[in-house]
Amino acid sequence: MSPKHVLSIWLYASVFVALVALTLITTGVAFIDLGGDLNSVVALVIAVAKALLVILFFMHARTSSRLTWVFIGAGFFWLAIMMALTFSDFLTRGRG
Amino acid sequence: MSETETIHAHQFDDTEQQHEASWLGMWVFLATEVMFFGGMFMGYATYRSAYPLAFASASNHLDIWLGTINTAVLICSSFTMALAVRSAQLGGRRQIVVFLLLTILLGTLFLGIKFTEYYFKFEEHLVPGSAFSYEASLARPAEIFFSFYFAMTGMHAVHMIIGIGLLATLAVKASRGRFSADYHTPVELVGLYWHFVDIVWIFLFPLLYLVGRHL
Repeated sequence: MSPKHVLSIWLYASVFVALVALTLITTGVAFIDLGGDLNSVVALVIAVAKALLVILFFMHARTSSRLTWVFIGAGFFWLAIMMALTFSDFLTRGRG
Repeated sequence: MSETETIHAHQFDDTEQQHEASWLGMWVFLATEVMFFGGMFMGYATYRSAYPLAFASASNHLDIWLGTINTAVLICSSFTMALAVRSAQLGGRRQIVVFLLLTILLGTLFLGIKFTEYYFKFEEHLVPGSAFSYEASLARPAEIFFSFYFAMTGMHAVHMIIGIGLLATLAVKASRGRFSADYHTPVELVGLYWHFVDIVWIFLFPLLYLVGRHL
């Protein structure tokens, strides 16, 4: 609404370059065998970093109100509950 | 000024509050979308932990380069979308239309590449169903992988098609001068939606195309 929320074109361009670079890195790392689980961890960490860049800058979360942060956080909080409860069952089966 | 909708609805104190309500409403919708796609991601992760070998093997039948190119195309479209919103904030009528059309073009290119990949999967008999054929020992769980692949990328593609429809509507409205520096909420909200769909792909790409390459 107000001019103070208009981000500079260079900021958008930097985020864009970072996202493309991370995409190339994640594809490149996929060809290197890091020993199983670490490959998945690296791929997901890069994905989370990319998602954060998009949410913070392209979706303007960084310059949004605290109330907006609560709304954004609520979605991921409930997702985390669903994942944690499900995986606490499926990923621990057959270990008792 | 009189041609644009600067007057707020009666239940709001001012246009600022009206804008905040629309903004928060869109984030609530996106939270439900997080749950919607989250369920599929969770199902994928559960079955992958049950059949790691078959999922890795099936994942290698996806084209990593087409996946990488498509990720880059979608990121480009998010960039042009962000610039469309920025143009709207600054009240630039022609720039909004140009950036919206670029976003539509890139979104369509993404879908074109995606459907080309689908075509290859049909040719290779990797579409779940009676024609599915795979190395016998891994056939059943590999079929589950491709069910997730088509369900998740398919739902993502449906979101893209809806997004392109929304962008086209915005482009027509913008060309008629319906948006200004004071009123451009629809451009911002469709921007949020488009970026969200980009984020879904940011997670789909490594999970479907990459993590199977090494166990």
